Amino acid sequence: MLRADALQAIYPELEQRIVVTIMGAVAAELYMLGHRHNFFYLEHSMGLASSMGLGIALAMPEHKVIVLDGDGSLLMNLGTLSTMARYKPGNLLHIVFDNESLLSVGGFPTATSTGTDLAGIARASGIPSVMEAHTPDSLKASVTQALTGNTLTTIIAKVEAIGPKSFHMDLPLLENRFQFKRCLEAMQRQKAQ
Amino acid sequence: MPVSVANSKLIYDALKACDVKIISALPETWLVHLIRMADEDPDMILVRLAKEEEGIGISAGAHLAGVNSALLMQNHGFLAAINPIVSLALLYKVPLLLLISYRGHMGEKDPWQTQGGMATEPILRALNIPTWHLTSPNDVYRRLKDAQTLALASLHPVAVLLSRELMWEE
Repeated sequence: MLRADALQAIYPELEQRIVVTIMGAVAAELYMLGHRHNFFYLEHSMGLASSMGLGIALAMPEHKVIVLDGDGSLLMNLGTLSTMARYKPGNLLHIVFDNESLLSVGGFPTATSTGTDLAGIARASGIPSVMEAHTPDSLKASVTQALTGNTLTTIIAKVEAIGPKSFHMDLPLLENRFQFKRCLEAMQRQKAQ
Repeated sequence: MPVSVANSKLIYDALKACDVKIISALPETWLVHLIRMADEDPDMILVRLAKEEEGIGISAGAHLAGVNSALLMQNHGFLAAINPIVSLALLYKVPLLLLISYRGHMGEKDPWQTQGGMATEPILRALNIPTWHLTSPNDVYRRLKDAQTLALASLHPVAVLLSRELMWEE
């Protein structure tokens, strides 16, 4: 499956929710589907999108938080799976697009291309619900299922190593950061009312 | 273990007075009481990390969600977290309250701590991270409060170095 198609299939589920993405193709493709103030694109600090998502999920237990991760990023911070599993926030959904490649920096193969099994690592780390998706429809079904329940879920979505023509996003990092913070604050206020 | 319970309690109470709701930590000898206090406090979310860099992400998320947090780490943990301090906290203007046990400094007997001890302050300076030394129990409350105030006003990491004089009784 193409990641762009996968994102399009789940965009209706992302639209109203807190989303943290990794840099590169994932960020650009989500941005192109339609930027929202509740989307944060972590354009550096590779590996930490899931840690940020965990921080938000713990700070805002009444809201669902969705992290869009990648195989290269997750491999840089495998400990995050054990930390998430330790606290099991039921409002956190961790989606990993596994294209077996560091696409944004030239397409070098990652260890998932030679057999490393991220779903297996997630399960063995203690993530209570781990699913795998190979088509946009199965991803959408898994995402809906995870968001309906209240169980920390990691979904490994296998995608092709094909990215967008351009990674350009007309959104300065700090604008995104302040927009996102204001949006989360508004969501907190709304829930409190 | 001669880690000061009384001074750990002072630090913990100061963090509570700063309205800190989330503490991320990796165990370190000098931090054992602080971590235990966070663990036993039903109003505190303690996140035990696999590696310190995760803590930078967790605190960034907490800040964007409007919740105050603090990070407990040894100075070698600070060294391990430098990339995210630069490429997340500094890049995105995220305030961090870094409480760093200052191993390898004056009085250190463990040879393996000494290189990290000597690198800590030069690296904090290179990153332009304002730094308080906590050496006296009398300073704990004021300096932690002031460190947090500066972090939130500047949207920048601030470091508080927990010294041997404060943490270790012998």
